[in-house]
Amino acid sequence: MRDIAVDILDLTKKYGTFTALRNVSLDIRDNEFFTLLGPSGCGKTTLLRCIAGFEDVTTGAIRLYGEDIADLPPNKRPVNTVFQNYALFPHMNVTQNIMFGLLRLGQSDAQARARVGEVLEMVQLTEFATRLPAQLSGGQQQRVALARALAPNPKVLLLDEPLSALDLKLRQAVRLELQQLQRETGITFVFVTHDQEEALTMSDRIAVIAEGHVQQVGNARDIYQAPVNRFVADFIGETNLIDVEVRDVSGGMATCDLPGGAAFTCPAAAGAKAGKGHLSVRPERMTFAKAGAALLSGTVARHVFLGTDMQVDVRLSDDELLTVRVQNSEDSHIPEPGAAIGLNFEAGAARLLVD
Amino acid sequence: MAGLLKKTNSPNNAVYGGLGGWLMLPAWAVIGIFLVLPVLMMLVYSFLTKEFRGGVIWEFSMAAYDQFFFDRGLFGDDPPVIEWTYITIFWRSIWQAALATFFCLIIGFPTAWFIATRAGKNRSVWLFLITIPYWVNLLIRTISMKFLIRDTGPLNEWLIASGLISEPIHMINTNFAVQLGLFYSYLPFMVLPIYASVERYNFALSEAAADLYASRWTTLRRIILPTVRPGIIAGCILVFVPSLGAFLAPDLLGGAKNFMIGSLIEEQFKGNAGNWPFGAAASMILLSMVLIVLTFYARAQGKEGAR
Repeated sequence: MRDIAVDILDLTKKYGTFTALRNVSLDIRDNEFFTLLGPSGCGKTTLLRCIAGFEDVTTGAIRLYGEDIADLPPNKRPVNTVFQNYALFPHMNVTQNIMFGLLRLGQSDAQARARVGEVLEMVQLTEFATRLPAQLSGGQQQRVALARALAPNPKVLLLDEPLSALDLKLRQAVRLELQQLQRETGITFVFVTHDQEEALTMSDRIAVIAEGHVQQVGNARDIYQAPVNRFVADFIGETNLIDVEVRDVSGGMATCDLPGGAAFTCPAAAGAKAGKGHLSVRPERMTFAKAGAALLSGTVARHVFLGTDMQVDVRLSDDELLTVRVQNSEDSHIPEPGAAIGLNFEAGAARLLVD
Repeated sequence: MAGLLKKTNSPNNAVYGGLGGWLMLPAWAVIGIFLVLPVLMMLVYSFLTKEFRGGVIWEFSMAAYDQFFFDRGLFGDDPPVIEWTYITIFWRSIWQAALATFFCLIIGFPTAWFIATRAGKNRSVWLFLITIPYWVNLLIRTISMKFLIRDTGPLNEWLIASGLISEPIHMINTNFAVQLGLFYSYLPFMVLPIYASVERYNFALSEAAADLYASRWTTLRRIILPTVRPGIIAGCILVFVPSLGAFLAPDLLGGAKNFMIGSLIEEQFKGNAGNWPFGAAASMILLSMVLIVLTFYARAQGKEGAR
């Protein structure tokens, strides 16, 4: 087990009567690409700002490699931040921006300049060293912000939605570069985003946050395939939430009645109880079958062409609408709209959620 | 690359057609009639001969400038020596104006910062409060100031009543009174431009500085002040220039000993004792000094930008 880089213990942050973060506990490991993922206003940025020191915590502790930093001002914390809109100093050129932190740490001019050369090479901006931020494109500014934050060799690098201001193509390229940079430098990255695709593709582990509370922590696969609750299942990727009547939960397995009456047994998220509940099944893990000889039955409502995939909407007898995704290929059999059809789940695809 | 970076906010020719030139007309008219013409008149008058009951005789003369810089004795036929009277007045004015600018900056910057960092609605209230005194005529306000600070005025009475002093402090007709008058008159001219700059300031920059290990003092000096510099400089010019030519405060609060350029010029155009060419010449000298200061500033700015 690796060292704990950032240990957040029962952290609560209130603004007046509003609770932005509620009893958050997380441990972010050394040399890990850790992502805080959630919708806007969920508290993920507040949490990042608490680690950076821009916000005081109401209760709880933050430890950085074992040292409690909750009471240290931001300029005494060995962490650096890449800001959402970069916050480059507009009156300083690229070199001066990057040198700023190094000089504050007491490095000599020569040392600082040497380090600037290194980090500029890392982000491939060597020839822009004397430009002002206003003379750079958005993508270049983003790299300068990254270089500036990496230059002092922080123990932890905090990234506050650094890609949100870039266009799609650039964003995808930068994702890979960021991941590579994290591997090369060995610095622990804490990355904030509302973009689930960003989170899934880059992170070692992800914490899904909603309403100021950590919903689930795990790697991309865990979170996608075994969401603990309805929020996580719905927020990460697309899913079908099927209304079921849960008869019994025991030993992590649930027995329930599907719409249409078929009985079904599947894994249950911790905390699921008998009564009304929801099954989560990803659209790509549903399969078609003959009507009447499957777990569910309905009629095809429409097709939506998505390029590589075809999305097929199926209306169940109780009027619930489910989506199925099939790859568009010569031999995939896609039922026509209006056809009566049965639906099955792939093995292990269905999971009972906590509401 | 350089082409991409060019500013594209100039009026679009396709939209405005050839109208651009005509649309400039009101601006040129205002500048011409209210700025260029009076200055030209002053320039011409400063080279004319004075008429004894005010006014001018249309005859070229360097007498006004000569009188400003040289002393040629009572009858004007001694060898010229440098005349220090007016130069001293000018020097005192520059010093007073510089001091007033300094005090306005020291008080104005935190005030502007305070207002700009309030929540949206409160900001307008604070700005409104700043402007309230300016609804009253400057003359009345300056005279009120005189009453406030005179030996038997409320300020001295309170100080005595509170036991801080036993004898009234003599404030009227001192440099202090002039300073107070200038400071009070021109403070908003410092606050408002700085406010406008600070309002646009991106506070994430302060966070970024703190994140990069800068103390509050370093952040102020290295990040905040350079970024809001245009506002500070505009404020300083807006306080310094009118302070230099002010005559109400020095006249009413400073008395004869603390004469400033403004009063000197004013006197030349008032009543029968006036000397219009001399007043015009003094104005032109004042104007040239201001222009020299502004040129230095503009060149310093240019270098800053090129760096």
